[in-house]
Amino acid sequence: MSKYLVNLKINNMPIAVEEGTTILEAAKKLNFRVPTLCNHPDLTVAGNCRVCVVEVKGARLLAAACATPVSEGMEVFTNSEKVRVSRKHIVELLLSEHNADCTKCFKNGHCELQDLASEYRIGDHVFLDLVKPESKIQDISSPSIVKDDSKCIRCQRCVRTCTELQGVSALAVINKGDHQKISTFLNKPLHEVVCTNCGQCINRCPTGALTERNYIEEVWNAIYNPSKFVVVQTAPATRIALGEDLGIQVGERVTGKMVAALKKLGFNKVLDTDFTADLTIMEEGTELLTRLKRALVDKDETVVLPMMTSCSPGWIKFQEHMYPELLDNLSTCKSPQQMFGAVAKTYYADKINIKAQDMIVVSIMPCVAKKFECERPEMRDSGYQDVDYVLTTRELAMMIKQAGIDFDKLEDEHYDSILGESTGAAVIFGATGGVMEAALRTAYEIVTGREVPFTNLNIKPVRGMEGIKEASIKIKNVKPEWSFLEGVELNVAIAHGLANARALMEKVKKGEAAYHFIEIMGCPGGCLGGGGQPIPTSPEIRKKRAEAIYSEDAEMTIRKSHENPEVAEIYSEFLGEPLGHKSHDLLHTHYKPRKRY
Amino acid sequence: MENNLKKVDIIFEIDDKCTPLDVVVKTLKRPADEIILDLIDSGLKGRGGAGFPTGLKWKFARNEDSDVKYVICNADEGEPGTFKDREILDRVPEKIFTGMAICGYVVGAKEGYIYLRGEYNFLLKPLTKKLEEYNLFLKKNNIDFNIYLKSGSGAYVCGEESALFESMEGKRGEPRNKPPYPTVAGYNSKPTVINNVETLVYTTMICRIGPEKFRELGTKDSRGSKVFSVSGDTPVPGIYELELGMPLHEFVNEFGDGDVKAVQVGGASGHCVPRKKFNDTIIGFEGIPTGGSMMIFNSSRSMYNVLHDYLEFFAEESCGQCTPCRVGCQQLLKGIEAVKKGERSPAYLDDLKKLTGTMKIAAKCGLGQSVGNPFNSIIDNFREEIIY
Repeated sequence: MSKYLVNLKINNMPIAVEEGTTILEAAKKLNFRVPTLCNHPDLTVAGNCRVCVVEVKGARLLAAACATPVSEGMEVFTNSEKVRVSRKHIVELLLSEHNADCTKCFKNGHCELQDLASEYRIGDHVFLDLVKPESKIQDISSPSIVKDDSKCIRCQRCVRTCTELQGVSALAVINKGDHQKISTFLNKPLHEVVCTNCGQCINRCPTGALTERNYIEEVWNAIYNPSKFVVVQTAPATRIALGEDLGIQVGERVTGKMVAALKKLGFNKVLDTDFTADLTIMEEGTELLTRLKRALVDKDETVVLPMMTSCSPGWIKFQEHMYPELLDNLSTCKSPQQMFGAVAKTYYADKINIKAQDMIVVSIMPCVAKKFECERPEMRDSGYQDVDYVLTTRELAMMIKQAGIDFDKLEDEHYDSILGESTGAAVIFGATGGVMEAALRTAYEIVTGREVPFTNLNIKPVRGMEGIKEASIKIKNVKPEWSFLEGVELNVAIAHGLANARALMEKVKKGEAAYHFIEIMGCPGGCLGGGGQPIPTSPEIRKKRAEAIYSEDAEMTIRKSHENPEVAEIYSEFLGEPLGHKSHDLLHTHYKPRKRY
Repeated sequence: MENNLKKVDIIFEIDDKCTPLDVVVKTLKRPADEIILDLIDSGLKGRGGAGFPTGLKWKFARNEDSDVKYVICNADEGEPGTFKDREILDRVPEKIFTGMAICGYVVGAKEGYIYLRGEYNFLLKPLTKKLEEYNLFLKKNNIDFNIYLKSGSGAYVCGEESALFESMEGKRGEPRNKPPYPTVAGYNSKPTVINNVETLVYTTMICRIGPEKFRELGTKDSRGSKVFSVSGDTPVPGIYELELGMPLHEFVNEFGDGDVKAVQVGGASGHCVPRKKFNDTIIGFEGIPTGGSMMIFNSSRSMYNVLHDYLEFFAEESCGQCTPCRVGCQQLLKGIEAVKKGERSPAYLDDLKKLTGTMKIAAKCGLGQSVGNPFNSIIDNFREEIIY
């Protein structure tokens, strides 16, 4: 259905836009900025903060620009006296119920309300302070997320994120009027509810009401402690986003600068989670092939298919709460972060002659759920907590600023070896579909002895930002030992964002999905859109980050996990073979059902 | 003193020769457009308080192209000082049902819902019984319309039509963005006519007595009569159906206790009229409209306490989603407390009045938009009572 054009005027300038366009969008086209708070490109329209009110000629009421569609002949004024007075009032009202202790706030300098307050030059409060003393007690129960109700402006971006994007609904509005607030089931601490720690709410909170638990001081203390050997690992998606918080444009890769900065910060070794991403492919790919063999050859009815990836800790906790009956579908592989920790404090510590108890493993992750993951009791197979601290991409940017490093001027440096070598297959773990693509590149080649039949190894059908993607690969001319796979059509599916994951799980539960392998990432876009990535986020930003990831892959000399020489080395020197005894002890884990309330 | 106050008996009148059942059967034989014209001719405006022309509302819904449409009776009577719908629901429910069935026929809806205020749960049982009988009657007469009852849960804001839809859909009762309006996308996002209890009864009665008879009552802008809930300092509190357009002084002469200082017209969200303005205040859409609440205050009442009570009510009953209403109501309440205690200067009241100006044009729904009515009318007329 083609849409017809609507003619209107904004600040006396004529414009024609498609029917259904909001005043806000139309104003943007004319380069009139209308401030917003509750509006977000990833979420449905709420129209509740009212900061975007504009005057429409002839109308009794001001219109919320974000929620009002244009109409023929409309005359809009975005900065009339009425608009200015009202908008200033609204900002003043928001500030009156906001704990405006800005200098002490983790979001200081990154707060949308602060920006508006300074734009409107709000000095002394006109209105009375309404911040309730009890609201200043932060919820620090979660190892990932800190919730501070005294900073909340009730825009409900977090609620919409948790419900619409993630299908979790851990956060909701409770009470009304002066007691209205954003809370959890029965007002319980975040750690005791279905929250998956994905941190998508943090990415969309305009103020400091939702922030990550930060471990910057702990990490500095470890670095300064002469008796500790501090190694740092960096996740695939950090290298394509870190620059955003350090004055570099979206979509620019900063891998070499990031490594250089980490060395300057004083980490003893700068290593790469990409290495264990490759290791994950070896283990997970083998696990998949083993499951297929047991199902197809041995007719073992205890084998559970489809197998599902287990790299994303938000997804894992989601599954433990929402689909405990499908826990056996999850790959037993630990995530790359945790494989790294377990290998670092055993194999690597031995190699460099450092005692495991003297080693501190720090992760730089695009994720806040990783903070929860590293504290899981299952993640201590080295005999110690395998990963000690997890910092988000944002926290690393803060440390770099604190250290006075001029990031932009850094010369590229290389990761240390060993545990620093990686492949293009590993780096694409950072984008939705990446784990699937990496697994297919390796598994197909193991089975057939040939590369996957896609130009330049780029398995396009599993890429892109569609919520749920499906693909099939026909396996032909296999090696003799894989003859049971001859002619098999391998069906895979990929979902990102937990609302999409839920939709896919419903299909699996109903038996409507004949998949062999499913990749799920908890966050929209995969790790590149993770809860620990630079703020803001939007479909556009995530698209640019994805492009950066795939260009990094394309430039790598080695692009298949099984060709990573350091991976071959660790198997020959230490692990033996994928799914072997040592792998079982260090690289695999189990899951536990969790209640929904 | 001479008194022209005209008491009317339309709403509660019972005529055994022409029952609501007779009206529905007879009316549904007429062309729908003709019924709409009658309603427009009658000049009937919504009796919930906002006063939208009923015939137009039905016409808009009729013109919408949709297989599914709804008729909803807003029986979430929550305005402080209003208790007339409760009486109508109790005494003449068949007249409400008939209004809904006629509306269903006119707009092309097959389902009607009565959204009953949570506190009126004592009416659920008798209403359910009468509704069963009525639905059976419609069925027997081959009228394809069925009415259901839904109970609210006690939130004032759910009387706001779009919040009411949200509540009916099982969601948190929060007003929606408009447009779209209910006649385009209401309950379940389908075209919906939502009318107040009393309005629906008048549609039944206009279909029975004809628009001309209805028009004879009232004034040019306020046709017909209206049921008033009279409370406060009056020797005769209760429900009265009166002709619209009366001067307030006539009302006070009839219902006051001889010492009337002010009348709050239209409930907590309405306007406070002081004695000096009784003579030139008309009760109607040309003067001060009301959903029916008339609260009479005599000289023993503190207007500070009156305003304080209202503001406490709004601060609590704001749904909390939009900034002007959620925070504005609290600021007004705490603000008059601060002035009373001397923590803020009397001039702060003027800052607050300006704030009500923003609330009036920037709040998302009628709740926040109307808090300025009682605030400004009480501050303007009784400023000294607020300060000292």
